[in-house]
Amino acid sequence: MPATSSKPRLGVFKFASCDGCQLSLLDAEDELLAIAGQVEICFFPEASSRMLPGPYDVALVEGSITTAHDAERIQQVRRDAKFLMTIGACATAGGIQALRNWGNTAEFVRGVYARPEYIRTLEKSTAIADHVRVDFELRGCPVNHHQLVEVLAALVAGRRPRTPGHAVCLDCKRAGTVCITVARGQPCLGPVTQAGCGAICPAYDRGCFGCHGPARQCNCESLVGHLVQLGHDANDLLPLVRNFNGAAPEFRTVSDRLEQGWPEAGGPPPERIPT
Amino acid sequence: MTDTRTVRVEILSRVEGEGALHIETRQGRLERVELQIYEPPRLFESLLRGRPLEETPDITARICGICPVAYQMTAVHALERALGVQITPEIRRLRRLLYCGEWIESHALHIHLLHAPDFLGYDSGLAMAADHPQEVNRGLRLKKHGNQLLEVLGGRAIHPINVAVGGFYRAPRREALQRLIPDFEWGLQAAIEATRWVATLRFPDYCRDYHFVALRHPDEYPFNEGRVASSRGEAIDIDDYERRFAEVHVPHSTALHSETRPDGGCYHVGPLARIALNRDRLLEPARRLADELRFETPCGNPYRSIVARGLELVQAYAEALDILRDYRDFQPHRIPYGHREGTGCAATEAPRGLIFHRYQITADGLIEFAKIVPPTSQNQKQIEDDLRDWLPGVLDRPDAELARRAEELVRNYDPCISCSTHFLKVHRHDH
Repeated sequence: MPATSSKPRLGVFKFASCDGCQLSLLDAEDELLAIAGQVEICFFPEASSRMLPGPYDVALVEGSITTAHDAERIQQVRRDAKFLMTIGACATAGGIQALRNWGNTAEFVRGVYARPEYIRTLEKSTAIADHVRVDFELRGCPVNHHQLVEVLAALVAGRRPRTPGHAVCLDCKRAGTVCITVARGQPCLGPVTQAGCGAICPAYDRGCFGCHGPARQCNCESLVGHLVQLGHDANDLLPLVRNFNGAAPEFRTVSDRLEQGWPEAGGPPPERIPT
Repeated sequence: MTDTRTVRVEILSRVEGEGALHIETRQGRLERVELQIYEPPRLFESLLRGRPLEETPDITARICGICPVAYQMTAVHALERALGVQITPEIRRLRRLLYCGEWIESHALHIHLLHAPDFLGYDSGLAMAADHPQEVNRGLRLKKHGNQLLEVLGGRAIHPINVAVGGFYRAPRREALQRLIPDFEWGLQAAIEATRWVATLRFPDYCRDYHFVALRHPDEYPFNEGRVASSRGEAIDIDDYERRFAEVHVPHSTALHSETRPDGGCYHVGPLARIALNRDRLLEPARRLADELRFETPCGNPYRSIVARGLELVQAYAEALDILRDYRDFQPHRIPYGHREGTGCAATEAPRGLIFHRYQITADGLIEFAKIVPPTSQNQKQIEDDLRDWLPGVLDRPDAELARRAEELVRNYDPCISCSTHFLKVHRHDH
């Protein structure tokens, strides 16, 4: 490798996660070799044994912070990275492992491990942005590999990435998918979830469960109020809102209210209910 | 200080998840080997508790981005047993087809991008592509087929959204599956060529007498069901799995080690185990290729697992083609059920080996207890045992070479560390 390479230096870093988001990069089979030609992959342990030290022009960060060691490690990644981009629900919102934030983590550890004293973990699973400045967030559980390629291509070209901020709901309309909430009364987070998945769940006859996290300016409260009015029980809606992106603020406040037995304890919210 | 030596491989590469290897020698003799899994624990078994059982396939998929289908399949089968749900042969075949997609994607990835570079002296499949463009491109295309099948059937390749307790949220249309057939016909031939290619690699002369464990089914190569067969004894029912195999918690790992009961021995799951116990169940194209390549059964050379993966890649293509060609639109695609209290367990064959789940559910349809035993935590003790057996012969090698070759031995297992958390630095401390 020539030391004078002027290609952007890429690092891929993993915290608590399933590896699925970084795998998305390897899943871009058609673009993978082209990407590898456009950037210098300096640190990507899942794909390469060559691990070069920083600085990196672009750091992709997957996973959430769940250990004291990782809380320190992300600081070093930030210091080494010119542009830090989080990929996926774990890195942007704490991931499914953030369900511990509502429970007793010590009990959770005891539930899995015979010798809890061997395990070092933090009380909460937190997003990367809770620890360091994040320059760009790519949502999804997992991220969509077309979006990932688009963002990388934009970074190489020095332009703004084209990623949508609208809700899944709009993609269903564009695709001509029959609305499962309107037609069948099934709960769906499509109106409040950011697009990017291709609105697959309603197309497969099931409600959206929020993999891509809250859409820009989403009104989760209004949606949940509407679903309650349709007759859905708060206890059934709670796990829907509190899952892969449950710790994202827009979803968190609503699931906390659902936990208190919406709407009784939460007052009469559904004023802005669409008819 | 003359006999003090420290070797560190801080991050094991070309595996999924984070681990390290710890080697201690005293006066030049191997004292201790620990495969260290430092992947942070995500506590899945605990966070499932109190959640609707219908979410289990979606949540357990998130244990692993490389083999989510293995988690989904094992979860739905275990829950269906707890609920008393009988699926139809059509749903069963569609599940096998989905599993074919994951095996193709995962095996093509490991063979071409993660494992082959070890034999040819490259840091990565991407670096290998410069000198072996034909092989790498063929591998990527095979991998893409697996993903395309997962997308059609599962909605997306990573964390498919179409797997439900009782069946599928929506059955694919015949035309959508038929469109895949020409690619899969090409892929079957390409997988055969890829396997012939990996069979020509130079394999270290290393062989062990493994205790192989895999599912075995009366008339199929195992995916979703069967009895738990062993190369050392009789096959057992899945319900007896926990009586024969135990999980133990060791201080150096956030993964639980599995061992045999009562002797605490190690065992080997994955492609070598499956072929050792199921060669007669391979479909014709894979069986013929195994004969042509003179693939020995059982094969105790862990490096030759790349050939076993190739044979299984052929198997998965052959099986997928059979199902694709025969597929007709069908109903129902999801068996209705009512909630009831119960316990159910299931084992299936993930690309990396046998995976076991057991759930206890409440009358309200909530998860009360979950136990998940991934393939890599079952292989972890075996990997350490291989290292303990193999390292004394190579301790005279320079640190860097020792670390690299130890990593290669570990990579034979296609370890999935993200999964097993609940893996490798090499630290060598010579006391």
